[in-house]
Amino acid sequence: MTAQRTLISAASLRSRRGRVVYFTAFTLTALVFLLVFFFPLYWMITGAVKHPAELALPTPTFVPRSFHPESYVDAWSKLRIAHYFVNTVYYALVGWLLQLTLDVAVAYALSRLRPVLGGLVLGMMLATLMLPAAALLVPAYLTVADVPVLHVNLLNTPWALWLPGVANAFNIYLLKRFFDQIPGDLLDAASIDGAGRLRILYSIVLPLSRPVLGVTSIFAVVAIWKDFLWPLLVLQDPEVQTLSVALSRLSITSQVAINELLAGLVIASLPMIVVFLIFQRSILNGLSAGGFKG
Amino acid sequence: MVGLALPGTAPRISRNQTVRRIPLRRTVSDNLVAYAFMAGGIACFALFSWYPLVRGVLLSFQRVNFVTAPEWVGLGNFTALFADPLFWIAWRNTLLFTGLALLLGYALPLLIAVLLNELRQWSGFFRMAVYLPVMLPPIVTVLLWQYFYDPGNGLFNTVLRGLHLPESAWTQSSSTAMISLVLVSTWSNMGSATLIYLAALQNIPGELYEAAELEGAGVWQRVRHVTIPQLRFAMLVLLLLQIVATMQVFIEPYQLTGTTNPDTITVMVLVFRYAFAVNHDFGLAAAMTVLLFVVLGAFSVAYLRLTRERG
Repeated sequence: MTAQRTLISAASLRSRRGRVVYFTAFTLTALVFLLVFFFPLYWMITGAVKHPAELALPTPTFVPRSFHPESYVDAWSKLRIAHYFVNTVYYALVGWLLQLTLDVAVAYALSRLRPVLGGLVLGMMLATLMLPAAALLVPAYLTVADVPVLHVNLLNTPWALWLPGVANAFNIYLLKRFFDQIPGDLLDAASIDGAGRLRILYSIVLPLSRPVLGVTSIFAVVAIWKDFLWPLLVLQDPEVQTLSVALSRLSITSQVAINELLAGLVIASLPMIVVFLIFQRSILNGLSAGGFKG
Repeated sequence: MVGLALPGTAPRISRNQTVRRIPLRRTVSDNLVAYAFMAGGIACFALFSWYPLVRGVLLSFQRVNFVTAPEWVGLGNFTALFADPLFWIAWRNTLLFTGLALLLGYALPLLIAVLLNELRQWSGFFRMAVYLPVMLPPIVTVLLWQYFYDPGNGLFNTVLRGLHLPESAWTQSSSTAMISLVLVSTWSNMGSATLIYLAALQNIPGELYEAAELEGAGVWQRVRHVTIPQLRFAMLVLLLLQIVATMQVFIEPYQLTGTTNPDTITVMVLVFRYAFAVNHDFGLAAAMTVLLFVVLGAFSVAYLRLTRERG
């Protein structure tokens, strides 16, 4: 592999001293990374299968001496992790669908239909990127508790997560920037052939936009899964809570066996780790592309 | 838009002509269709972003109890805040957290990125490893570390004991509580910054290093005179982003040290206390967020200015 020239030249790495230094640095980094980033996860996964008596030993065991995978089953059913897991999956899937549908529609209209005052609408949406999440917390909570005009209370309903989730300026920015790059001739040709705007969106714009739809989808689902403070406020009824909020509540209010809690943590992380392993490329690339939004 | 900016009358005439060529009815229906597409999105922005922003500012001057109409109290909420000793403690703690997080978490991603960029093997593994904590739900990270921090049987004290080093009470002692929170936060967040630095490092033209080496620059001089200047923009942006993010810290103190602990109560924890935990005083909480917003707003504007200039 011919890599790009970096700080240290390939030539200086070929020298005897270079090779020793490189080998040391490489091994040390690999070991430290294993220790710092993987060992905590190893400890969590294996801790969950240890017997509580083993967990209480003054000197912990590196390899579990007892093997009780049933703590995962206990967490799943006794701690009702299954219930919260299903809640969160449901919130994430519908939230993702709603967010993507409405944000694609906005981005498409702004990019292709260019209505009067479209620039102003886009500007006002992008301005919300400057708002720290904290700034809206209290008034947004009160709004969800009594939505203006409609006068409905969305607290303890999934709509309290879904509707504010649609107001995602970063999605609109990414989608619009992508739609802007689709050649206009292509859409004009379809329009001359008699395709309506919805039809153009469906059969031309969306199929061409798979990469950006993929990235925004992943980030939408991950964000809903990881969110904590907002669902903590708007879903206070234990029945409707997300997995994150329920885990926090269980750890604070009840006497949960530590192996079952650890099993709960593993179950809560698993979907994110699976998503990461499958979409690693999109996530890491999307991150460096989106790092400098604006 | 460009046509409007051109001086003279000629462009304006041509612009009017193009407008006139489209029948009026056509433009009205086009606009209606466009706004029909945007209606759902605009409604969500209006209800859950734009309106709450205005309402938040209004709230900070009101006293609300949801039984009677909101009462205007002028600067009453702000004077009440300044009179609350917790207000000053929360700000001091937040600044301390932000400062410690910068000290620990600002240079680290840069160092790691520079190092990883030099390693010729396993680059996928390293990138994945450093980003893994970012993928974990924050509550998982915090609860896991809570388990590590356990003063009796936790992993950290067990290791310290094994090394015959003095043990620590970690989150449960006022001298180490804050640094314990910073450690968790740094572990879970530094992946993003590291990857952004890595992307920026890969954009540095190799010729710059070649040239510097030919001039006789050693490794450290190349870092100082090539790497750092080339990363200046990324470093500045990440500095602002990190400040904005860490000043809103919530989950670490909320979960690890609780909402009543004066050693670690932060601005957002106090907002939570005012509005949701103790007094249900939304006016007071709104006043506190308005102050935080003003402070963070300055950083956000600086960030957007910077990125716009570059982009």
